[in-house]
Amino acid sequence: MRVYRSVLKLRLVNGLQYRTAALAGVATQFFWGFIIIMVFEAFYEHAAQHLPISLKELIQYIWLQQAFLVFVTIWFRDNELFELITSGNIAYELCRPCGLYGFWYAKLLAQRLSSAILRCFPILMVAYFLPRPYNLILPSNFETFLLFLMGLLLGLFLLVAISMFVYISVFMTMSPMGSLLVFSVLGEFFAGLVIPIPLMPDWLQKLAMVLPFRWTADFPFRVYSGHIPEQEAMIGIAIQLGYLAALIWLGRIALNGALRRVVVQGG
Amino acid sequence: MKLYWKCLLIHLKSQMQYRTSFWLLSLGQFFIPFSVFAGLYFLFERFGQIKGWQFYEVALCFSIIHMSFSISECFARGFDMFSSLVRKGDFDRLLVRPRSTFVQVLGSQFEFTRVGRMLQSLIVFIWALANLSIEWSLLKAATLGLMIASGVLLFTGIYILAATMCFWTVQGLEVANIFTDGGREMAQYPLNIYQKWVTRFFTYVIPFGTVNYIPLLYLLGKINRHELLYMLTPLAGSLFILPCLAVWQFGVRHYRSTGS
Repeated sequence: MRVYRSVLKLRLVNGLQYRTAALAGVATQFFWGFIIIMVFEAFYEHAAQHLPISLKELIQYIWLQQAFLVFVTIWFRDNELFELITSGNIAYELCRPCGLYGFWYAKLLAQRLSSAILRCFPILMVAYFLPRPYNLILPSNFETFLLFLMGLLLGLFLLVAISMFVYISVFMTMSPMGSLLVFSVLGEFFAGLVIPIPLMPDWLQKLAMVLPFRWTADFPFRVYSGHIPEQEAMIGIAIQLGYLAALIWLGRIALNGALRRVVVQGG
Repeated sequence: MKLYWKCLLIHLKSQMQYRTSFWLLSLGQFFIPFSVFAGLYFLFERFGQIKGWQFYEVALCFSIIHMSFSISECFARGFDMFSSLVRKGDFDRLLVRPRSTFVQVLGSQFEFTRVGRMLQSLIVFIWALANLSIEWSLLKAATLGLMIASGVLLFTGIYILAATMCFWTVQGLEVANIFTDGGREMAQYPLNIYQKWVTRFFTYVIPFGTVNYIPLLYLLGKINRHELLYMLTPLAGSLFILPCLAVWQFGVRHYRSTGS
């Protein structure tokens, strides 16, 4: 465990170096958030029937999504790992006296975490001070906030576990682009990045509920805005834990299977 | 011009060497905007309309901007990737050749896998047109062509501006993405659904509005005066590329090699 922790720490420090890039990212995401909110505002203006999520809750959802974008996107990746696999340098990694799954997991986790730490605070802060109705508001009570934090953290763990499958699949395909594309298009859609889950048609919502993707980000954001009440949130966190255990277990099996058949060509 | 076609052909041949990878990437390019379009479809299923615009009207808007974007990304890729030329000092090589830098940079890279994205928007385009009852005339058909052409020029202009910035910053600037990706994302809806200041900025400063929103008003019969004026706005929008080219020339004159 200590090894993994130091990998995590090293990577965190490394990731925090890229401050200018993060600043540019913040500007882009800010613009993005505004555009999306304005589109929904226009949609809501003439909406007659009762809607499953209010505009105010939706605005919270969108700002959180922008602030924690790296907790949602599968596209955000570590090219180093891909190169290791395709070039055969994986042999070095196998020599290390620690489990590969945990090692990579810590690496990927740190990457997302450092990127999020750099980006989320400026976005959240500015979003908080925006004029109404565009502003981010604090959750209604402290328990909701705690539940949100827990959900967010578990969601991050879950997302990293999902993204591990992308890397494992490269053992089979040898080219990362294909699986990255499939995973990110499907995963991001069902995590509510294109349109929020509550606004999807019913049959699609049912599908999204079964898949693990919505538990990564959609769930904590809706807990924050109060769209999911506390009681349900508790159950949700239990489901998250279940998914996390299942995915890590499956991931380990898949990785071990892939490693047993790995062929390192000389060179 | 002959040189440009030659560059294009060489790049096409070289990318076709890896045929499977080429088609897979194209397929991927097909699905990225597909999921965005699916989102748009579901939103309309729920809400029915957006500020008086119907689904097929917005779909037309969407397809035009995505088509222009994919064409410009395919052919103006050289400017998009320009920062690497400057950083490695390869731009010096272009300067000593007896041809204009513009053609050389433009011909330095192409991205033909964008054909997938193009195909996706083409399908949406045809689908939208088939479901809209437009009284066709020669002028309207010409307007459609003008819209796409001006969209391509607009995106190219932004790429050139971003590339010119590299002369001073050396590093590529991510901020330019706000205007390319962000602009595309924004202009897939008619511009009048946004706040006034956004509409103004993207009509008069960076003329995304002239690419699809204003001419669409004419095309869909939403206005009944000054039709010719509305029709010709894409031409006005195309003028955007002129200052971009001027800035580029200015940048080239102030270029300092990184020396590596």
